Parts: sequence; C-alpha cells; structure tokens
Amino acid sequence: MLPAHDHLLAGRPHALDSVVTAAGQVLFGKQREIRLALACLLARGHLLIEDLPGVGKTTLAHALARLLGLQFSRIQFTSDLLPADITGLSVYERERGAFRFLPGPVFAQMVLADEINRATPKTQSALLEAMEERQVTVEGETRALPEPFFVIATQNPSHQIGTFPLPESQLDRFLMRIELGYPERGAERALLAAGGQRSNADRLDALLAAERLPALQAEAAAIHVAAPLLDYIQALVEATRREPAFQHGLSPRAGLALLAAARAWAWLAGRDMVLPDDVQDVLPAVARHRLRLSQGTGMARAEDIAGLIRAVPIP
Amino acid sequence: MSTRAAEALDRGCAPWLLAAALAATAPHAEHQPLWLSALSAGLFTWGAWLWWTHRRLPGTWPLLLLVALATGGILFEFRTLLGRDAGVAMLVVFMALKLLELGSRRDATVVVTLAYFLLLTHYFYSQSIATGAWLLMAMTLATAALVRLHGGPGIPARSTLRQAGVLLAQSLPFMLALYLLFPRVSGPLWGLPQDAHAARTGLSEQMEPGQIASLAQSGEVAFRARFTGPLPPRDKLYWRGPVLENHDGRRWRPIPGRGQAPRIEALSPPVAYEITLEPHQQRWLLALDAPGALPANFGLAATLTATGREPLTYRQRFDLTATVDFRFNVDEEAGILRRNLALPPGFHPRTRALAEEWARAEADPAAAVGRALALFTRENFFYTLQPPLLGEQPVDEFLFDTRRGFCEHYAAAFVVLMRAAGIPARVVTGYQGGEANPVDGYLVVRQSDAHAWAEVWLAGRGGVRDHPTRAVSPARVEGGGATAVAAGEPLPAMFRLRGDWLRTLRYRWEALENSWNQQVIGYNVQRQRDLMMRFGMADPDWRSMGAALAGIGALMLAVLAAWALWRRDRRDAASRLWATALRKLARHKVNCAPWEPPLQVVRRIEQEAPGLAPAFSPVAMAYIAARYGDRPDMLDDLRAAVAHLP
Repeated sequence: MLPAHDHLLAGRPHALDSVVTAAGQVLFGKQREIRLALACLLARGHLLIEDLPGVGKTTLAHALARLLGLQFSRIQFTSDLLPADITGLSVYERERGAFRFLPGPVFAQMVLADEINRATPKTQSALLEAMEERQVTVEGETRALPEPFFVIATQNPSHQIGTFPLPESQLDRFLMRIELGYPERGAERALLAAGGQRSNADRLDALLAAERLPALQAEAAAIHVAAPLLDYIQALVEATRREPAFQHGLSPRAGLALLAAARAWAWLAGRDMVLPDDVQDVLPAVARHRLRLSQGTGMARAEDIAGLIRAVPIP
Repeated sequence: MSTRAAEALDRGCAPWLLAAALAATAPHAEHQPLWLSALSAGLFTWGAWLWWTHRRLPGTWPLLLLVALATGGILFEFRTLLGRDAGVAMLVVFMALKLLELGSRRDATVVVTLAYFLLLTHYFYSQSIATGAWLLMAMTLATAALVRLHGGPGIPARSTLRQAGVLLAQSLPFMLALYLLFPRVSGPLWGLPQDAHAARTGLSEQMEPGQIASLAQSGEVAFRARFTGPLPPRDKLYWRGPVLENHDGRRWRPIPGRGQAPRIEALSPPVAYEITLEPHQQRWLLALDAPGALPANFGLAATLTATGREPLTYRQRFDLTATVDFRFNVDEEAGILRRNLALPPGFHPRTRALAEEWARAEADPAAAVGRALALFTRENFFYTLQPPLLGEQPVDEFLFDTRRGFCEHYAAAFVVLMRAAGIPARVVTGYQGGEANPVDGYLVVRQSDAHAWAEVWLAGRGGVRDHPTRAVSPARVEGGGATAVAAGEPLPAMFRLRGDWLRTLRYRWEALENSWNQQVIGYNVQRQRDLMMRFGMADPDWRSMGAALAGIGALMLAVLAAWALWRRDRRDAASRLWATALRKLARHKVNCAPWEPPLQVVRRIEQEAPGLAPAFSPVAMAYIAARYGDRPDMLDDLRAAVAHLP
C-alpha cells in the first residue's frame, strides 16, 4: 500500500521509531547517527565509530543495548590484551576432573570494542573473525555466538602512536563506519542542561525484546528492490572503479553491503521499497572506509562521496 | 539549485570566476600600458585576498572612486574612451573591479558574460596559434565557471572542467559551421580602420646607413612563398621593394610617380608561385624579379616595383608569376637616365675622383663595373652589421677609411661610383633569398633577408643587377644572413641554431604556423566563395550563405533532437513521465540535477516552491511506486498527476 500524501516523507510508523526517539533523548542532535547505527544492526552488520573521546560513542552503544534489550559487554582494548581475553578460555576444574569453558566478553548480543586499534593485530583479528563467522573456535571446539550479535568498535583518529590501525581487509568487515562529531550549539546546550549522558543511558528501559530483533532483520532484508535501483547501485560501484581519485574501486562485497544498508535504511524510513535516496543516504557510511584516496594516505572524505553521487546520474 | 539572481554567491564559485577573469584578461598585458596591467593585477590580488581571508567586499563608494580614477587614467592615456585600445582597457578594468563586487549570483553571471566578451577582444591583437590555444583554454574556464555557478557546491573541480569540455565539444559542429558559412567581409575580420595596425619594422621608403642593420637582426617572417615547380636557385631570388633613385648626398629616396610600364623581355619560361605577405603597412607587393601578371589593384612601375593602391594592413595571399632571367628597359628614357646619373654637388669628392679616373682609363662602361667589384674584393672590405658611424661624406669615408659596412653601404657606394663613372645606376631594396622549409615546401623570407643591391643601365642590355656585397662576402648571397656575419656579432639566437633536431623543430613549428595562417586565418571571401561553388552554389553571396548557414544549423539541431528523442525512447515510461515533470518544475525555476533522487526533489520543492508541493507530491508518489515499487498499474496515476502539474 502506498503511503498517504502526508507520510510521503515521514514513512509508515514501525517498531523502532520509539527506539530512535528514546535514544535521541540521551544523545542530543545525533538522530542521523542513531538511525545509521540501527540500520547497521538491522542489516546484520557491524559498526565502526571513529571519533574523539567524549563525543558519545559509548553512550550510543549503551543506549541502543538497553533500548533493544540486548546483553551488553564492553571490551577495553589495550596493547596487552590477548585473544583469549576476548573469546574466553577453558580452565581445568579439579572437582569435576574436566575442562570447563569460561566464555569471554565476546559472548554477548552487543559488544562494545573500545579503542580497537590499541590491541595487537592478533587480538584484533580474534574479534574480527568472530564478527565475520558469528562463532568462536577455542581449542578445536566451535561455539556459536548469541543471536542477534552486534559489534560496535571505536577508534580514536588522533594519537596514533603505539596503535595498530586496522588494515583495509579488516575495515571491510564493518558494514558502516560513522563519525559522531561535536554536537551542534543547541544540542550541546541541552546536554549541559541535562547533565551527563551516560547516567541517562543507564536509566533507559528496554522498548523491545531482544528476541524480536531477528524478525525485524528478516523484514528489512526482504524490502523490495527494483531493477532500476540495482542499476543505480551498479553505476555507483562502477564509478568508484573509474574514478582516478580512488586507489581502487568498491568490491562486489561492498556493493552487497551497500544494498543491505540501503534496505535497512528504507525499512527504518517506513517504506516497503528502496529508493535512490536511501542509497545516497547510506553511501558515505558504507563506502568511505572502503575507498582509499590515490593521493595521500587517507580514506575518502565526505566531499569525495558527495562528488561521486553528483557524478552518477540516476538511471 | 534555483537560479534566483539575487541569491548570495556560494563561496566556492569565486576561485572559478577569478581564474576565468584572469585567463580572459591576462594576454592584454602584452600591449596595455604598464600602469593599467599593474592596476588590474592589484585589483585581482585584492579580490583573491578578500576571498582567501573571508573578508567583506569593499562598499559602493570606494568602488565608485576606483571606477572614476581608472576611467580618468584611461582618458588621460588614450585621449578617448572609444576605439579599440581604450575600449579594451575599460573592459579589463571593469572586469577587475567586478571581482571586488562578487556578492550575488547576478554579479557572477556578469563576470562570466564579460569574460566571454573579453575573449573576442584578443583577436584585435593577435590571431596566432598560441592565442587560439589560450582563448580555447580561457573559454573552457569561463564555461567551467558557469557550470560551477549552476551546479552548486560539492562537485569536484575535475568533473566541472570535464562538463565544460563536453559542452564545448558539443558546440564544435556549430563553431565549424559558423566558421565555414558565416558570410565573410573582405579585409581583416577584426581590423579597425584607425588603430588596428600600428607601425612595425619593415623596409622603408628611404635609406640611410644603419637602417637595414636593425632589420637584419629580426628573425620575423616577412613573407612566405610556394613555387608550383622546383625552387629557382637562391641567387635568382630577388624580391623587389622600392627602387631608390634620388640621392641628396646622404639619403636615398625613390622618384615619386614613376608610372610608365617597364618593357620586359623574358629569357626563360615563367615560374608560378604563391606569396603570403605578412602585413608591412606599405604598398609594395615584394614580387620576385621580374614579375609577370599582377593581381587586380596592383600596378608595375617602370622600376619593376609592384605596388598596390592600399597599404597591406593584414596578411594577404597572391598568386603570381615571374621570369627570373630577363632583360628590361633596354630603351630607357633619356630623362630617367639623366636622373640616374645625378650626384649632388659638394659630396663624395674622393669617390668621384676615383671613378672619373676609371672612366678615363676604360672605354667600355662594363669595365668600370668590373673595376668597382674588384675594388671590394681586392681591398680590405668587411661585411658587418655594426659598422662605424659615418660623418659628412659617408660614401668617401666608407670607401677609403672605414671599409666596414653591410649591403646598404656597399650598394650606395657602388651606385655613387657608377654614376661618377658615367653609368646610370640606382639602389634597389627588397629581400634576397629565403629559407626553404623542408616540412611544407614553403620558402620563408624573414626580415633578416632584407637587402639592398644596385642596378646599372648598360646600353643594349638595359637594367642589370649588380650585387656589390657579394664581391666582399660571397657567403652573404649563397648562405643567407647568418653565415655572412663574423662570429661574436649579435644575431638572433634563432640564427645560431646548430643542433639538427632544434632546426627540424623550428621548421615544423613554422610549417604549422604557416598552415594555420594559410588554412585557418587565410580563409577569406574568395576561398569561401570557392568552397561554396564547389558545393554547387551558383553565385554565393551573403544572402545565400546566410540561408545555407540557417539550413545547416537547423539540420544539426534536428539531428541533435532526433538523438535526444532516441535516447528518451530508450528510457521506460515512468522515467519519461518523471523527466516531463522535472521539465515542468524547471519552468518554475526549480532545476533538478540528474543525480537528484525523488524524495530530495520533494523536499526541495517544499522549501523552494511550497505552492507546487501539493501538485507534485502525487507525481512523486506515483513515480516511486511505478518505478521502484514495481507497480506498473501506477503508471496511469503518474500520467494523470504529471498532466495536473502546472
């Protein structure tokens, strides 16, 4: 059914509307980032947040976990963190005369991996493998991770000394990468007036049962995609491969990621089909960390993606 | 993306406008007064600095003051505000000042329009390849500024430039049609009668020592010639300019009004050639000795000099013939012979004494010629471009004291010797030889090939050419100017090229320049007529050519339209209807880019044209459903909604 005229932009109401609103009450002025994080979760992807300390990375993860009723665990990455500190390990129990597996912090529905670039590549890859496989193999035994399983990793873009930046192949495991940025003037004022965000996040009540989430994810994955929209995604991906400003273009996996993210975004907008608007909305979050600039060593900037969008006519 | 003129200018546009304005004005610095270039450079820098430091633009009063000052300066400099130079100066100053007033989109549009207009003014001064290439670049920049102005922020510079390039490429067929078919006027396309051509170096109507030296140091092309058959030998290539018969002791001048036609006896078959003269502001044709039939408006004087009615103020091409072996004026008028014997009293006593001694010793006048040439060979005469200054008796001083000089000195001394010996003689000026360009087969004659030689009249043989300079320095005739001059004397660097590749490069460049002049610039009324006749137009005039231009323009538009329609037909019904809706929006000044997704368009309309929103929402909804929701049944709704759109 078509949305009524007044709802053309607003979309149909859905189960996560209240989550967006409630999260917005602890993380002021960051509606778009909250929606992106939710879309990432709905598309069964993982999220990388890259920003300075104190802009609300942890608050966002915490608020989402509480509102969605997910078990939450937080791993602070340090240079001496070992893979077993994440995945868990078996200990020998003398009374039982057998090994018992003590699950690590990764066995949670929402894992916040704080400052992931502080740990050694070996430790990083333990988490990244878990993210990809959604299971953990310790001492030859494979254990499934809980469902839903959502990782929010954070990185501090400055103070790179003594860190291990994630290689490109690992960055690709994150469906989206977002920045939070400083709040706007009004939002900052509201934040100062309200006191701490984190304490507010702790007081949030679950608005959804965790068991319902897989059904929502399935709904989002089933959103209708018409042929012209696939043409558009294909044209965008091809344009990144032609564009000399990028070292290399987007991979086919990145194209699939873009499609999944656009579907989740359309679902969040309350629509039952994906529009080019959705693709353009999620493109910066999906593509920036996957594109390296040919000049300099940085990843694609927001204006590069804006230029890309303007260079590709909608078929 | 609306185009409301009063809207504030987006900051990112300014560098584009600055670049376009700079490219459109910079070449004028070459001929403008220095203070004007400095003023506009200062204004440009000020504008760029204001932009860079985010400062406020100056108010109206300082700008008005600057306008008044600049206009006053131009009035003082040129004594007028009209005409080519003053007009261009005004435009350049206005452009520089406008950059201090870049507040709104209207200002930006003015800058772009002015830039396009300024591009044309460069053709007043130069039509060379370099100018053409620069203006093409400047036009791309101006178009890119326009693209950027309408494209909004966020478009990378490269795609802005690319789009400008594509636009220009698309206009290429129209440019070509206009170039070929636009009715041409005879004369220079951009020439203005009064100040279009200021005086430049060239041969002149009088000769005094030192004058040709300054010419010989210029590597500028005087003219080019192409022979239909093989190139005649170098020592037969004498291109005749004015013949100087009047002598007052120091100066040589032609006798005015030598109208009577010469009597030429050809001794060899004529050779046909085509000559392309660079403008030299004089009336001489510089035809090869001895000329055959002349083009209309040109006449042959009794001195064999071909002259026209009007000075040559622009590059022109003529088809001519010549007989390089010839005899002329065997029966010369007594009055003319008398004048060719005249020597002013009180000048050249030593020279006259020497020549009179020869005349007494030899019965045959031709023997005196031989004696004079032998004098230059035997005695210690030098060819130099920097001869010492001569005093009251120039010929005596040269012949007996300094003995250093170039063709003028030798020709003048020789003629004085001959006249004193009783042989009618005169100085002929013109160009000798030339350099064959192996790339395109053209003979290039430069200002450095300017030359003076002598002509004596011998009974039974008529006018005979004598080349006294050749007696001193044979290389001067055989090898061209560069080899005749002793090492260490200043000559243009171009003449001292030794490397073969550099020489080849120069030949290639000159051949390119020549074909540009011949093919592009030289496309004149006559050649346009010829082309039209080849296409079967019986009697092309401006009317029929205008009609042809209109016809071809219409044809090209039709082809473009057909192509656009064909492209449109390949799109599905929903996007065709959507495109119709967007066109309707454009009429209400809501312009949409091809990358703008439907919901963004809806949002834009709600902001920019809220009145349209109720009518447009059904269109957007039906389009979204039909195209992205796979609901073909919505097409009818879409059609109806689009039809409803105002």
